[in-house]
Amino acid sequence: MTDSLQSAPGPYFGEFGGRFVPEALMAALDELTDAYDKARIDPAFTGELERLARDYTGRPSIVTEVPRFAAHAGGARVFLKREDLNHTGSHKINNVLGQALLTKRLGKTRVIAETGAGQHGVATATAAALMDLECVIYMGEEDTERQALNVARMRLLGAEVIPVATGTRTLRDAINEAFRDWVTNVETTNYVFGTAAGPHPFPAMVRDFQRVISVEAREQMLALGGLPDAVLACVGGGSNAIGSFDAFLDDAGVRLIGCEAAGDGVDTGRHAATLTGGRPGILHGSMSYILQDEDGQTQPSHSISAGLDYPGVGPEHTWLSSIGRAEYWPVTDAEAMEAFRLLTRTEGILPAIESAHALAGALRLGNELGPGATLLVTLSGRGDKDVEQAARWFDMLPEGDA
Amino acid sequence: MSALTDRLDACRAEGRAALVGYLPVGYPDVETSLAAMRVLVAAGCDVVEVGPPYSDPVLDGPMIQHAAAKALEGGVKVDDAFTAVRTVADAGAVPVVMSYANVMLQRGWSRFAQDLVAAGGAGVITPDLTPDAAPEWVEAARAEDVDTIFLVAPSTTRERMKLTCDASRGFVYATPLMGVTGERASLGDAAQRVVSEARAAGAERVCIGVGVSTGAQAAEIAGFADGVIVGTAFVRALGDEGDLERLRAKVTELAEGVRSAR
Repeated sequence: MTDSLQSAPGPYFGEFGGRFVPEALMAALDELTDAYDKARIDPAFTGELERLARDYTGRPSIVTEVPRFAAHAGGARVFLKREDLNHTGSHKINNVLGQALLTKRLGKTRVIAETGAGQHGVATATAAALMDLECVIYMGEEDTERQALNVARMRLLGAEVIPVATGTRTLRDAINEAFRDWVTNVETTNYVFGTAAGPHPFPAMVRDFQRVISVEAREQMLALGGLPDAVLACVGGGSNAIGSFDAFLDDAGVRLIGCEAAGDGVDTGRHAATLTGGRPGILHGSMSYILQDEDGQTQPSHSISAGLDYPGVGPEHTWLSSIGRAEYWPVTDAEAMEAFRLLTRTEGILPAIESAHALAGALRLGNELGPGATLLVTLSGRGDKDVEQAARWFDMLPEGDA
Repeated sequence: MSALTDRLDACRAEGRAALVGYLPVGYPDVETSLAAMRVLVAAGCDVVEVGPPYSDPVLDGPMIQHAAAKALEGGVKVDDAFTAVRTVADAGAVPVVMSYANVMLQRGWSRFAQDLVAAGGAGVITPDLTPDAAPEWVEAARAEDVDTIFLVAPSTTRERMKLTCDASRGFVYATPLMGVTGERASLGDAAQRVVSEARAAGAERVCIGVGVSTGAQAAEIAGFADGVIVGTAFVRALGDEGDLERLRAKVTELAEGVRSAR
């Protein structure tokens, strides 16, 4: 065996990961693991996934150098991996096509998914339309209000969107409700999990489906002159980040930096920076870091970005943090929105607010490293869904509308 | 043997199934929930499941979710669950705890078992913890002679049925239907099937939970199971108003149910 850190198989990443779920779901998770283990080495499956990536998603996604933005980042060279240009507007489609194909192989006819910002829900509804699957999306009620446009998109695609009014009415409660649906309907239903968290096999499987980001980006950077000094990506559950890191894990000279949502600031308690402000615990089926009180009750998270507003984080990130291979930086709402404004105004690229957290990390790192540094930032999604929220933040809505 | 198996065997010797009642501590407030647990014992529960509320109860339906959320809003602590265990023991029933995994992990697997024993509790039901997922818990529980009560479901494979029944102490908690806690109109054949599968895998005592809400259902299940577990129907009877008399009437109905079967 090699000492490669890439593509770790799970169920455990160091002491994190595992499978902490009701017995009722164990058979389904075993079945899914088994189906995935067979599919990943089956040329019929991998070939179909590659075809969809090319002809449907639009892969490979391009890399764009952004010099006018980089002028604010200490003169470093900044490159963006453009997952925002994928069909449906984010990296989420990479994972969803894989899991939807697996659903067909399992002979199941219905998919369920949770969504925060709505990007994973839109991607799942899209794949369900493409592959003729019944589709139900659970979304926190607060998020349905923050992301009304994506709710409409999912409904247009034929999905049923169920607003979840329990608990904090955000992503975490949507996941709870999706698990409850799955326990009840597991015979016909596959849970298309949106991030690299949850019980095994999801963290490893979602990472594998998102790995294409770093595989492509690594080749693209080499063709552009060499490996970057750092790769930056935003982290909520952490699927775009783990996909952005994986192919670089064995490149010791490449720093890997996950940008967590620090909301109003980690010291205010109103944040979603799990690796900065959390500690080990079990949530949503795996052992990782979570935001919790001394009794183990999950604490509400806060972020301007619905997609990062989650009090847990994928177990592989916790492991990479624990062994020092990746760093996790808190980025506040205000920093992210400044980076959002800057990229939009200097480059004409409107990022998702989630992705703007990674851009803010690049501004900070570039100013630390100075000219000569090369930074690769994953632009995980586009900001069309965030127009109203950003306009409100910058006070740009017509009077009387705000 | 344990206080729990002794009690289940005593019920069997009386020619009936045991009635196991669940209530979350802290609903509608801590004092009322303790009084409600005393009502459970007085009105005929043999075993009381004390639920420390948890913020993310994935195996619970709307009624128990509501109760847990209200209890947490009221400031309930995990310590209160051990007070409730002591209350149940003093009232004369066998207390067990039904806890989600993170609540146990944060206290520490060993300390959780020790605190339970100190309060007079007999075992722990773990809805989101299977025996293969947490050998540390099984080890800590064995060290303190705490019964480890695991769940089996209709989807449980034969191999997992064996693994789960082997690791269970006290009883095996069988859920007859796929789904979360809550009342169901009909349980019937599915309940009988999962009980016989658990017995075939070597389970000596099997109790049926999830979905039981009426005396008639209790009577039906008591015909083939060692115990009938009732949660949601009791929580609903107690309600936000903490109606102890309505709760007493419901418990009495179910207690008559388990006694009318054989």
